[in-house]
Amino acid sequence: MESVTAVQPGIQTFKKQSQAKEVWRRFRKSKGAVAGLLMLSVIVFLLVFADFIAPYALATQQDLAIKLQGPSFSHLLGTDAFGRDLFARIIHGGRTSLSIAVLATISSCLLGSALGAIAGYFGGRIDSLIMRTLDIFMSIPDILFTMAVVFALGAGFINLLLALTLAYFTNYVRLVRSQVLNLAELDYVEAARAGGSGSTRIIITHILPNAMGVIIVNTTLNVAKIILYESTLSFLGLGMPPPAPEWGLLLADAREYMRVAPYLMFFPAMAIVLCATSVNLIGDGLRDALDPHLKS
Amino acid sequence: MSETILDIKDLWVIYKTDLETVHAVNGIDLRIGKGKTLGLVGETGAGKTTTALSILRLLPSNTGRVLKGSIEFHGQDILGMNDGQIHAIRGEKIAMVFQDPMTSLNPVMTVGEQIAEAIMLHNEGIVTAEVDRRVDAMLGMVGIQASRKDEYPHQFSGGMKQRVVIAMALACEPELLIADEPTTALDVTIQAQVLTMIKDLRNRLGTSMLMITHNLGIVARTCDDVAVMYAGEIVESGTVEDLFLGSRHHPYTDGLFGSIPSLTSRAARLTPIPGLMPDPSALPKGCAFEARCAKRMDICLQRHPEKATEGTHCILCHLYGEKS
Amino acid sequence: MSTIDTRTPLIEISNLRKLFKLRGGARLHAVDGINLKIYPKETVGVVGESGCGKSTLGRSVIRLIEPTSGEILYNGRNIMKLGGGKLRELRKDLQIIFQDPYSSLDPRKSVIEVIAEYMFIHRQFKTRAETYNRASHLMDLVGLARRYANSYPHELDGGRRQRVGIARALSLNPKFIVCDEPVSALDVSIQAQILNLLMDLEEELGLTYMFITHDMSVVKHISNKIMVMYLGKCVEMATSDELFANPQHPYTKALLSAIPVADLSTRDKDFVTLRGEVSNPINVKPGCRFAKRCDYCTEACTSADPEAIEVAPDHFVSCVLMRQEVKAI
Repeated sequence: MESVTAVQPGIQTFKKQSQAKEVWRRFRKSKGAVAGLLMLSVIVFLLVFADFIAPYALATQQDLAIKLQGPSFSHLLGTDAFGRDLFARIIHGGRTSLSIAVLATISSCLLGSALGAIAGYFGGRIDSLIMRTLDIFMSIPDILFTMAVVFALGAGFINLLLALTLAYFTNYVRLVRSQVLNLAELDYVEAARAGGSGSTRIIITHILPNAMGVIIVNTTLNVAKIILYESTLSFLGLGMPPPAPEWGLLLADAREYMRVAPYLMFFPAMAIVLCATSVNLIGDGLRDALDPHLKS
Repeated sequence: MSETILDIKDLWVIYKTDLETVHAVNGIDLRIGKGKTLGLVGETGAGKTTTALSILRLLPSNTGRVLKGSIEFHGQDILGMNDGQIHAIRGEKIAMVFQDPMTSLNPVMTVGEQIAEAIMLHNEGIVTAEVDRRVDAMLGMVGIQASRKDEYPHQFSGGMKQRVVIAMALACEPELLIADEPTTALDVTIQAQVLTMIKDLRNRLGTSMLMITHNLGIVARTCDDVAVMYAGEIVESGTVEDLFLGSRHHPYTDGLFGSIPSLTSRAARLTPIPGLMPDPSALPKGCAFEARCAKRMDICLQRHPEKATEGTHCILCHLYGEKS
Repeated sequence: MSTIDTRTPLIEISNLRKLFKLRGGARLHAVDGINLKIYPKETVGVVGESGCGKSTLGRSVIRLIEPTSGEILYNGRNIMKLGGGKLRELRKDLQIIFQDPYSSLDPRKSVIEVIAEYMFIHRQFKTRAETYNRASHLMDLVGLARRYANSYPHELDGGRRQRVGIARALSLNPKFIVCDEPVSALDVSIQAQILNLLMDLEEELGLTYMFITHDMSVVKHISNKIMVMYLGKCVEMATSDELFANPQHPYTKALLSAIPVADLSTRDKDFVTLRGEVSNPINVKPGCRFAKRCDYCTEACTSADPEAIEVAPDHFVSCVLMRQEVKAI
């Protein structure tokens, strides 16, 4: 029998970090991804410390005396038609926009993934039921759907969140379902069953962790979409009611003054673009980092 | 001695990634005679496929690199050829059959079209009627009804697919056929059919062959000459009689024979080779097989062995160094 | 006549069938009426080519796949209808080792977690430390160095991964293990290491194996008794020595002759090559399933399924030709 090497006393605490470290190393290699991460960190920093950098009062307090002034030392990005500081409005608007976007992404991810895992694992009638219901949701164009929900329930944080969740969860169902279909065929899932494991345990311990890579990447890319989406909604007046300074709303307001004060449109647009781009770059980097997740 | 059609001398191939350098082939010499079959035997990671790909200059361009050595086909230097010249050789003079028939065939082209493609690529200005005639002839030679030429790969079984692949490879009647584990993915009885067919074709067309396999039984059946590869080197080479009937062998070869359960005798336990092949990115200084060798000596750790030759039989081992 | 074995079989399979319903209504008769008695501490080899149903048989016997009909007795008890808790209990006794060392281990779990998994599911020990301790002993048992405990599957080679799979299968102290082509995906020298390991474990732990493979030389080496399958049916069954010395069924003969032997004396002998392809047992009609490829096919072969005839003590062959031969004795 092959000689057994000397027995070491005890088992060291197992380190789960080794795979995470590998992923981080690969992530770091992509310049785009790192740039995206930096950008996003700056944005998040500004948003978190918004109250210290530019108090909310600045964002909402009207002072017609200083209206429509271009960028200056006292007002970094200028003021709008009501004399409100644009920088402050963008930062506070970002808080709302981003928090809705992130929360909507998380909730649609959770709902979609759960449904997708169930559909994929159990197959048969459950699968058909879930997928046909999905088809109904997907046959309605996103914008109309969200508009309908908002019209029906009224504007507001929760309702907006609900509308966005329902519009987006469908992505995940398909994605996770196809992952699960592939994974459920693998021997290690059968091995778990051979050991007496129940279905729930298999889905949670074996299937979802292995589908995680795809889910994470998709989620980061979706955040970007939802940011744009949320801006669209608020542009159309379906977002939070004024004077909440959401980005889309800022864009809408700026339309009138395009010729006179183009910066009113430029800066909020830049904010949206930077945010969406940085999240996209991170998503791309993550996908590449997670993809050869076994040895290259 | 028959005429040599392929002559590889001192070939060194590496794969270079940003993490490490893999020494896949480390100074091998191979010679294939006209009409002869050379068996290249070894396990996973020995460097057999890398050698085959090097012959046709099919190494992955971003990582594979020939460090030094020469590959001569009919006296022409393959490594020095330009693209035009190598394209003229691939498929026409030297053809290759890979292990997995599933991925060798294009799923959206019919079988007939794929064989025709090979013919048309190497016969400029050939008329359609002639192409059709040749496609039918090839299919017939590999035992597939000509009427099936308009079917798609998925309509064929594994063994049949492999026959199609062989038909494609032989369509231009190449002088050298490189077969990389052509029957490993097939059932045993189908393997028998395909091997019989390959042998038959080889006799009829006079094709030379490089048969890459890990199965010594296949070597016994189909090969004239053998080379045993380990960690990128040829540790033993000779005629098939040298290998099966000779009294002296490289310890790795002995180990391979000892690992095969015999059909005739019933030993209680097999005598496998302990351990694993060394990491090709970190090969030892001395003999690559030293760590697993039952007959190792001190010198094996320090110095790389030299070839000991006895007629057609070469062994790369310190054991035989002194006597020759 | 046949020696009547007075021991109780550990596993007794009667008329086991597994049907798969395919899209379009076709039915795949993967396992079609298999009878087999497996005695304690014996190794039964099941050989055949793709589509013969051997993997399905292995999984059906331990109810990893639900058989369609038939009877499976484990220690005299019929386990076909067991459900829920009792089925989970059964998992402790009947285990399986998979073919593919790459897909049989969860890439996100370390070696020690994979081995310990079953013990956690069944709460065999009170503390995690005890469980991991037992897992490390299992690593010793299968010859896996303890320093690999925290390694991940992708860091190990095929042979070591297979050892992890074996350790996992042993973790609940099973009595019977289905080995589904456990060495087919491994290199020749590693195959030999793992085969030796399996044989040693069989002796040390008093295990009983069903060893599924397509490799005739491997099956001869490890089995006491061999069953040859073709398209869901058993065509021949005999002890290992008897089957190789005296093969009777045309398919068995072809299978044996098809093996390329590492011996120059067989070089110029022709393989007994079969006509046609290995097909699928879809929508089968009565009659011998091998008839289309058989050189000795007669009228009687296609009219009804051939019965199993005992041509020698404990040597059964399902072939119409055997009837005449038996009469001739």
